[in-house]
Amino acid sequence: MSIYLFFFLAFLTILSAGMVVFSKNPIHSVLYLVICFFTIAGHYIMLNAQFLAVVHIIVYAGAIMVLFLFTLMLLNLNKESEPRKKPIFQLAGVLSGGALGLILVAALKQVDTSSIQPTSFSDMGLVKELGKKLFTDFVLPFEVASILFMSAMIGVVLISKKENA
Amino acid sequence: MEPINTAIQIPLHYYLVLSTSLFVIGIMGVLIRRNAITILMCIELMLNSVNLLMVAFSAYNHHPDGQVFVFFTMVVAAAEVAVGLALIISIYRNIRSIDINVLNKLKG
Repeated sequence: MSIYLFFFLAFLTILSAGMVVFSKNPIHSVLYLVICFFTIAGHYIMLNAQFLAVVHIIVYAGAIMVLFLFTLMLLNLNKESEPRKKPIFQLAGVLSGGALGLILVAALKQVDTSSIQPTSFSDMGLVKELGKKLFTDFVLPFEVASILFMSAMIGVVLISKKENA
Repeated sequence: MEPINTAIQIPLHYYLVLSTSLFVIGIMGVLIRRNAITILMCIELMLNSVNLLMVAFSAYNHHPDGQVFVFFTMVVAAAEVAVGLALIISIYRNIRSIDINVLNKLKG
């Protein structure tokens, strides 16, 4: 039963990712990316990574995509003025991406994953266990991440200040 | 929350193929699109494919390091999107276009 759910979620993920790339209107691309993020959060829940699933939805679908939508609406782009590359370049892009995908899948086909045979997912993805790990072994990156956010915030404010010329 | 204790029927290989195809779709998007914001979105797609693969390996190996690293990848992705969008708005203020074929001042 869980394999049907996996295939359904995987199909939705790849379909919405394809629509992100190939849709004409950039606002449609953003909305399809939101759907893609929700399906990836569904994958996380199937892998019992519950904390990451919720954080994923809050951070990506709740903050980053809203930021994208704000920027798109600020720039006021519409479908008619959307520039497109010439079809020969689009075909070249699809072909080179497809060739890379073929090589990667062919190389990964020989990987022997039969040595990993867990019977069930542990409760390592829950908030309690992951929190313990985060605050004991990974406390330094955790604190540095807050400094990273602060520097990003300062950088954003400085970059987008209007020139008073 | 109760852990979900089902026998794992999904081979790890399926997650490898799913993550690879998401990554390749992201690369196609970066190569095909001309709008700078759409290119940023396809970069986010690539980051998410790698996140999914790390969480899958972490769950199958019972090792929490993968999920912690995904947490920090999300941190860096959020900061990068904020800075990237600020740059795009600043460019738009100067030349009223975000078409990457127009933004070729560094070229040759």
